[in-house]
This record gives sequence, structure tokens and C-alpha cells, in this order.
Amino acid sequence: MARPFFPKTFSLSRWLGILIKEFIQLKRDRLTFGMIVGIPIIQLLLFGFAINSDPKHLPTAVVMADPGPFARAYVAAMQNSDYFRIVGSVDEKEASDLLDRSQVQFVVTFPPGFHRDLVRGKAPTLLVEADATDPMAAGGAISVLNKLGMEVFAPDLPGLEKPVAPPVELRVHRRYNAEGLTSYNVVPGLLGVILTMTMVLMTGLAMTRERERGTFENLLATPATPLEVMTGKIVPYILIGLIQVTLILLAARFIFDVPMHGSLILLYAVVLLFICANLTLGITFSSIARNQLQAMQMTFFFFLPSMLLSGFMFPFRGMPEWAQVVGNVLPLTHFLILVRGILLKGNGLDMLWPQVWPILAFMAAVLALGLKTFRRTLD
Amino acid sequence: MEAAPLVIDVTGINKHFGDKHVVKDLALQVRQGEIFGFLGPNGSGKTTSIRMLCGLLTPDSGQGTCLGLDVLTESAAIKRQVGYMTQKFSLWDDLTIAENLDFVARMFGMDNRRAAVDQALEELGLTGRRHQLAGTLSGGWKQRLALASCLLHRPRLLLLDEPTAGVDPKARRDFWEEIHHLSAAGITVLVSTHYMDEAERCHRLAYIAYGNLLASGTADEVVAGQGLHTWEISGDGHNHLGPLAERLRQLPGVDLVASFGAALHVSGRDGPLLQASLEAKLRDNKVKITAVPASLEDAFIHLMQHSDDPLGN
Ligand SMILES: Nc1ncnc2c1ncn2[C@@H]1O[C@H](COP(=O)(O)OP(=O)(O)O)[C@@H](O)[C@H]1O
Ligand SMILES: [Mg+2]
Repeated sequence: MARPFFPKTFSLSRWLGILIKEFIQLKRDRLTFGMIVGIPIIQLLLFGFAINSDPKHLPTAVVMADPGPFARAYVAAMQNSDYFRIVGSVDEKEASDLLDRSQVQFVVTFPPGFHRDLVRGKAPTLLVEADATDPMAAGGAISVLNKLGMEVFAPDLPGLEKPVAPPVELRVHRRYNAEGLTSYNVVPGLLGVILTMTMVLMTGLAMTRERERGTFENLLATPATPLEVMTGKIVPYILIGLIQVTLILLAARFIFDVPMHGSLILLYAVVLLFICANLTLGITFSSIARNQLQAMQMTFFFFLPSMLLSGFMFPFRGMPEWAQVVGNVLPLTHFLILVRGILLKGNGLDMLWPQVWPILAFMAAVLALGLKTFRRTLD
Repeated sequence: MEAAPLVIDVTGINKHFGDKHVVKDLALQVRQGEIFGFLGPNGSGKTTSIRMLCGLLTPDSGQGTCLGLDVLTESAAIKRQVGYMTQKFSLWDDLTIAENLDFVARMFGMDNRRAAVDQALEELGLTGRRHQLAGTLSGGWKQRLALASCLLHRPRLLLLDEPTAGVDPKARRDFWEEIHHLSAAGITVLVSTHYMDEAERCHRLAYIAYGNLLASGTADEVVAGQGLHTWEISGDGHNHLGPLAERLRQLPGVDLVASFGAALHVSGRDGPLLQASLEAKLRDNKVKITAVPASLEDAFIHLMQHSDDPLGN
């Protein structure tokens, strides 16, 4: 009997067939489509607005141990800056209490001898206690306080035309959260977080959906190879990822005023790499998981460390060593550095490689695992 | 027909799921152009066996060939020449009829894809509904679409897993006409079924129960293999034979009592003993007793009742 020879090559036409099928199905799947647009929008609203709206009129208590014209002028200036809403003058114990119960965001304490020291040029200490559970909220206001110190006191001080040192020493105690993050970090971070979540989840469901509906059996009965199926299912989501990125970048630019210093093309190149890494992981989850629930659980198992250990939630350098080791494996860690570098610092191609290769390595390892675990059978 | 080459030739095939031994030492021989019926109660391992033949499951042990290719090592090549129709409709509900066919054609790398799809639609009589979603078709149409899709790449062997479950009699009849046409054209068909009339339309049969192959051969051979003697008991059409059936079951020599419309079929392996029992019991009843040849159904019911279910299914 003639035994036909079938080389184990990649068939472009089969691959195209899978791609077309995925596009058609995606087009008809309202829920997934909703997720594609919905997740970025919701996350942007949740994170972006909460963080970037540069909150004003923050409730502030004042402890006046030494009332005087300068102190009063300073409090008035605070009020005028719009960042603070002075709720009243209280004693130390009351102030601490208010802070504990989250009734105020700041307590500003004018120490005894404030007026005297100021006049003598001894730079008295102005103590600011901030509820930094939400560091973003505190950040803007504290920088305003610094400016106020120069503006209010400097012109009225005799004997000094140009102050060489600030007339008051501002000592800020961030309570509850010693580390602060700046708001520009967040939108780039959000880009990575949204991509991680949607890309891994959607592809994670792609194959398990076939398995649950029984159509996987039909797919397996055809000569399609694992590489064709896996990559064919990935491509439509690359496009979706790029759409999401564009949505987020538009919002970052026009709603949140995030500066964009670097090259957009470079940014998209980096984004594409990151998308591919996540899709590879998702499709691998998909071939390991028995059903959609398991794929979902795997996604969240990966998503959590990505959020926590990548430098998105906590400053990377502040984490214990073991966490940094784990964090360095995650693509999001490197992606954050890349995107912040390009967007905020205007970094060029030559500076990206140290972050690019770990993502490539991650992708290669995961793809190898995926191809190894792809079940050609129903066993 | 006997001279035709073997298309399926496997022996000693075993499959476990966990500690469940689902298929035990299966041996099958199917010749080219044959319609081979695969029968057995639910959970007896028919689907599992068929999946092993086309490489969707790996046997734990065993050897053999399918279309001259090794079932253990050459399943990729086997897949290209086999049309497998799954027990449950497994085309894509959210693709249209035409899209489903087109996808399958692409997967099998067909050169004349468009023409093949158009022709299949034409033969199905679905050209006008080509843009309808497959998920919205009725059971009978789904079955026809599934058959058309697994014939698209002109396979040499068809594996059909309970293709007519839940399909109306007319559609079932048309379906079997089609199967016989395909068989006449030299395509080999292995079909699993629960229906006795369908079993009788097969050239040869195998009966599998709880993983064991209990009988195989032509319908006549399977019936003869059971060595059954059967009497038909018919009343005058007015009295109900139900209560009588219960009493007959207790008699020595009676292995099997089955109702066939207004009549009862009583069968046993020991002919003389059965005859004596029946005559003693029924002498006073106003019923007619005639010796009839055992039917395939008698044979299957007998097989089913006398195969233990070690799996506790
Ligand atoms: N993937 C599987 N995992 C575990 N058990 C299975 C699997 N597929 C089938 N079985 C079990 O194997 C036995 C035979 O099933 P099957 O081959 O579907 O029988 P049939 O098609 O004759 O009804 C059943 O007991 C079934 O529960
Ligand atoms: Mg079955």
C-alpha cells in the first residue's frame, strides 16, 4: 500500500484557517468583545482617575503651639492653594486621633517658638503628618507645602534678599505607608497590568473553551499541528492587545496628561513583545488546564505576583531579595521599566536590551512548555 | 468481499482511565468497503475504541494497523485519511454552515477548497442556508452537516460514533442509504449504534460489553453463536401477556423472555428442556406456541443479560 509522506512542517494555509476561524468567533462573542473594551476602560477609571485627579481640598488639622502672624499667613496660604481644607485648630492628642480615624489627611504642627526662630533665621521645623495610605493623594499636596514655605516667609524676612536655605524646615511624616509613588508611574503600569490580565485570560480560555464544548475533538481529528493551533489562536489577540494599548495611551495623553517623551514606534515595539509573552503564557495555560475554571485560576495565580512583585504596587527596590528574584522572572517587571523609560525619560533603543532579553527568555521557556504539554490526544 | 484487504486490523488493544479498565484486549478486523457495526450498551467502550483507532486516544497496550498505518505511531497520517464523526455534535456552533465546512477543508489542506465546499452544500441541499449558524440547526441537519464535513476530504475510512442518535426515522433511513452508497464506492465504514434495524443493515458486527468483545461476525453468525432456541408465544390479541412473561422467566431452561408487540419471544440455550418447560406450563393457556429462528435482537438481549458489569456502570 502506498504510504503517503507527510512532512511535519508548518502549513501556512492551515494556520490561516485557524486564524480566520478565531477572528470570526471573536467577532460573534459579545462577552469577550465586551471584556476587550470594558476591562481597560474600567481599570483606567478605577486606577487612573482615583490616582491622577490630583486631589484637592484635603481635610487638614492645624496644631498651633505658637500662634503668630507668620503661622496665620501660612495657614491662609494653605487654604488659598486649594489643596487643603483647614478643618480647625486642635491640640496634639486630638490631631492624632483625627488622623487615626481618617477624619483628616494632614496635621500641620507649628512648634513652640516658631515665630521667634523664624525671625532669627533659625529655620524652625514645621511638622507635617500625612495619612499616606493613599500616597498618591498625599504627594501633590506635600509638594505644594514646600513651595508655600518659600513664598510665604521669604519676602517678609528682614536681612535676607535671597534665602540660601529654606526659611522653615519641612519635616514630613508619612504615616501608614512609608513609601510614596508618583502618579506618572501609574499609567504605564496600568498598561502592563491590563495587558497581563486580558491577554493571559483571553487566550487562557481560548483552548479550554474548545475542550469544554467538545469541538476540540473535531480539531484534534484534523491534521492541524500544535504549533499551528497555538500560534493561530494567538494572533487575533495581538491585534486586540494593540487596540487596548492605543485606548490606554490616548487616555493617558489626553485625559491624564502623562508626558510622552520617547518614540511611539519604540513603545509599540516593546508593547508587541510584551503582548506576545503574555499570549504565549495564556495559550500554555490553556493547553494545561482541563476546563475554563482552571484556566481562570491559573491566570489569577500569575496575575497576583505580577501585580505585587513587579514594582507596580510596591517600589521594586524596597522588596526583600527573594521577592526581587521572583519579580525579575515576570515580564511585567521589565515591561514597566521599559515603558517608564520610553515614556517618561525618552530612552532610546540602545538602553532597552537589559530588559528585553529577560522577556524573550520568559517567552521561549513558556512556549517550549506549552508545546510539550499540548495534548494531541484526549487522554 | 472476503478477498478485500484489511483496513482495520488491531489486536490486544487495552485502555484504562485511572483504575477503570475500559477496553480489554480488543481485536477488530474490518475489510475494505465493509459496513461494520459496533454494538454494545452505554459505557461499554465503543467511543473509547473508536478514538483509539483514529489516534485521539493512545492505547495502553496493543498493536495493529489502520489503513496500513501503525495505530500507535502513525496517527498523524491516519487522521488525514479518516473521517471521524463524533458522538456529540462537535462542529462550531458559532460558525455558519459554510464557515464550518471551509474550516475543515482548510485543516485537511484541500486544494480545491471552494469547489468542494460548494459541492458539499449542494449535495446537502443547504446552499440557501449556508450563512446560518451551525448551532441553530435541528438534530437531523446537524447530523447531515457533520457527515458532510467528515466526507469533505474524501477519506478512505469512516468512523461514525452513534451517528443516528436522536434523529427521526426518515432521516435515519436516508442516512443509511448514503452509507451504503459510500460502501459501494469502496469506503470502509465503522459505525456504532444502539438500533437493531441498523445493526441488521451492517455487513458484519461486533458486540462489546464493559470493555469485552463478546461476539463478532455477520448477523447470522452472531445469532448462531448464541445457540439460542426461540419460541414465539402469541395470544388471541386480547389477553395481556405481561403477567405470563413474569411466570415464564422462572421456568427451567428459560434464559430470556422478551416482548415483541403482542407476542413474547422465549429463548434458551437448552432446546429440549425449554420446549418441555413451555409445553408443561402453557398446556392450559389459550396461546399459540411456534418455534421461530432467534432474531438478532434476541441474541443481543441475551448477550447483554449474560455479561456481568464488573465496572458497576
Ligand atoms: N476521558 C475519560 N476519562 C475517564 N473515563 C472515561 C473517559 N472517557 C470514557 N470514560 C469511561 O469509559 C467507559 C467507556 O466509555 P465510552 O467509550 O464512552 O462508552 P460507549 O461509547 O460505549 O458508551 C465509561 O465508563 C466512561 O465513563
Ligand atoms: Mg459512546
